[in-house]
Amino acid sequence: MSPVEQDQRADAAAREEKELLARLRAGDERAFESLVQSYHGTMIAIAGTYVRTRAVAEEVVQEAWLGVVDGLDRFEGRSSLRTWILRILVNTAMGRGTREARSVPFSSLAAADEHEPAVEPERFRPPGQAFAGNWTAFPGDWSLLPEEKLLGRETLEIVKARIEQLPGAQRTVIAMRDVAGCSAEEVCDLLEISAANQRVLLHRARSKVRAALERHLDA
Amino acid sequence: MPEFREHISCRELVELTSDYIENALSAEDAELMEQHLNYCAGCERYVDEMLRTIRAEGRLREEGVPGETLTPIITAFRERRRS
Repeated sequence: MSPVEQDQRADAAAREEKELLARLRAGDERAFESLVQSYHGTMIAIAGTYVRTRAVAEEVVQEAWLGVVDGLDRFEGRSSLRTWILRILVNTAMGRGTREARSVPFSSLAAADEHEPAVEPERFRPPGQAFAGNWTAFPGDWSLLPEEKLLGRETLEIVKARIEQLPGAQRTVIAMRDVAGCSAEEVCDLLEISAANQRVLLHRARSKVRAALERHLDA
Repeated sequence: MPEFREHISCRELVELTSDYIENALSAEDAELMEQHLNYCAGCERYVDEMLRTIRAEGRLREEGVPGETLTPIITAFRERRRS
């Protein structure tokens, strides 16, 4: 995409968001419903990293949506609507997490679990051998799989379940980036983590989801 | 003294894959990665798998929200926007 096309796309997105905001402020239920549909799942995944149970995560997200409804008239458009909604969610979840005494600073969560390989070391030729560090057997070729196998219900359930089992910070980052479609900058800003930290968390999370898919698809 | 590397192994490449997709590698690492991908079908598959994984993750966004969850939120919207 050329810089001009990028600008045009950004302009179009900004115009769309302005229209959406006007519809929401006018009380358009369908516009609101589509907003809830777009972000609810991601919000549950994020809330779950701050509180103990799925039920409490549901409550936090409900409360955050009320905050969104009440705040619509105050939203100034300095960030995107998505960032604003997720910020309300993070603040609500942190408040609730503190009451549950489960509030851990994000940067300390992020520093945990050093040296997790993306792929099990046994998949590569051991050091000292010829071609050390090369694959012992190549990964499967997913381009040969039918589309419905890769994006079908069963596969998506595995992706979802693996994301839900990830350690807190990894789960939040992958949900924001790959599920909700946030930019790296938005995530760093929302979670107050460094760009390098965001990349490490995303790398670890993606590696684990890929490994889970591999176990399923190549079985 | 910094070590000059002529190539990376498959084991090293998998650790760079997410950053490569993010366009966040240094020029040197990106070059090493691309050189490796030119001759290694296994790693080419690995990067492809990672891209497909990310695409599948994005599909989760299209999941429907169950009615019993959606209804109270929409009702709150209706009531609060009216007042």
